[in-house]
Amino acid sequence: MKASRLAPIIAAAVAATACSGNQAMFNPQGPAARSIASLGWFLLSVCAVIYVLVMLVAAWALTRRRSGSDDLPATTTRLSRAVTAGVLVTAVILAIFTVSSVVAGRGLTSPSGPGAVNLDVIGHRWWWEFQYHDVTPSDFVTSPNELHIPVGVPIQIRALSRDVIHSFWVPNLHGKRDLIPGDVTNTWIQADQPGVYRGQCAEYCGYQHAHMAFVVVAQPMNEFLDWIAHQRQPAAEPSSDEARHGRDVFLHSTCVMCHTVRGTDAGARLGPDLTHVGSRQAIAAGTLPNTRGHLAGWVADPQSIKPGVVMPPNPLQPSDLQAVLTYLRSLR
Amino acid sequence: MMRWNSYLLAVVLSIASAGCEREVRPFQDLSAASTTSQKPTLSQLYPGAPPPQPESSPFQHNAYAMAEGKRLFDSYNCSGCHAHGGGGMGPALMDDQWIYGSNPANIFETIVEGRPNGMPSFRNKIPDQQVWQLVAYVQSMNGQAPIDVMPGRSDHLSNGTPENARPAETPKQTGKP
Repeated sequence: MKASRLAPIIAAAVAATACSGNQAMFNPQGPAARSIASLGWFLLSVCAVIYVLVMLVAAWALTRRRSGSDDLPATTTRLSRAVTAGVLVTAVILAIFTVSSVVAGRGLTSPSGPGAVNLDVIGHRWWWEFQYHDVTPSDFVTSPNELHIPVGVPIQIRALSRDVIHSFWVPNLHGKRDLIPGDVTNTWIQADQPGVYRGQCAEYCGYQHAHMAFVVVAQPMNEFLDWIAHQRQPAAEPSSDEARHGRDVFLHSTCVMCHTVRGTDAGARLGPDLTHVGSRQAIAAGTLPNTRGHLAGWVADPQSIKPGVVMPPNPLQPSDLQAVLTYLRSLR
Repeated sequence: MMRWNSYLLAVVLSIASAGCEREVRPFQDLSAASTTSQKPTLSQLYPGAPPPQPESSPFQHNAYAMAEGKRLFDSYNCSGCHAHGGGGMGPALMDDQWIYGSNPANIFETIVEGRPNGMPSFRNKIPDQQVWQLVAYVQSMNGQAPIDVMPGRSDHLSNGTPENARPAETPKQTGKP
């Protein structure tokens, strides 16, 4: 009884979260998401009206009194007229739905102009790699799990996968696009307002699929250019003795086998690039906020936070762990 | 009739339980069995009887760990020299020739300590659990593992024979490179 009373409240709360917030398709912040949302509202409202009408007719049919004399031929004629009208109206509504969704879909496949920023989205189990193209290959920028975009211009995206099928989805900005291993798919996004939006893998990809999220930081063009210029810099030289010790531990333990810190000998491409890890909002693909404590837990034992993730536990000495944390936090 | 059903159920359950170890996923393993504190054997001479060598690695019967080993074999660039088992700059691993011994402990030691003429030491670079996963995979390359545990396909396009379809070799210790 209690559960059945709670169920509609929970359902309404879940539905309401889809209408606001930074991961919500009914809170569109870009042209593509807006046309998806307006198409969604259009289909939903027409279907809601039809649903109410059908329910009213059904209620009328259940409660109406039977007429005394069964005038069969007249009833059949009336009935066939009603069925014909119903089929015609349904066909017209479905035709309108088809045309409107095709029109909306045509606008979604490619942006109105050329992409102002070109980037690769690469899916890994279970994190995202965003690679910004440039004319000079050495100016390519890799930003794991944090996508920065300038507002008001279309961003052209090539989507790739390194292992299994993932799906790139920022509900506030566009629909889903699958990442197919061995193939390249294309999509684009555009944000109208500066803001932080959350994206999520939308194709089940294994044990930690639910913990494969990222943030999209939409910012004015000049801030974006500052950000990307900063990302091109190699890692900051450690300033304190502890940070220097942390770098030594990093370069002489298991970390170096998978991670890159540009400007040092660490150049492996298996895990996320850590050159500017201290500047990011979250760690472990949107799983934890980027604080020293969370980072400590993550470095020491990722398997208890995200079981099945590729990163192994690191049984470091406490002093070494603290030094590594100081070093990683200094990589801003 | 009822008795036969319960016998059948018992047989089916006992067959199914054999799959339990095969499919278990040990994400956290920092047990004493897999710490680098093991003394490497640098000589064939021992005071008294030689210490017992384990005949199987901890992951000999675990399909997940073996598949992880297969992934790590590429990730850590073992294939850069051993070329998916056929050998190149490094010796072949899918044949029956073993320079430094085919025992799991020997393979573990080869990875952790390195060997002369090219094999680097991965001490402190690879966690022991992953070394044991690599050991399990290296053994599967020439058929030294149960057939239902060995990998049956690659993640990437490959026209080689999968590990579980290769003939099981009889390891021979050559002792010379």
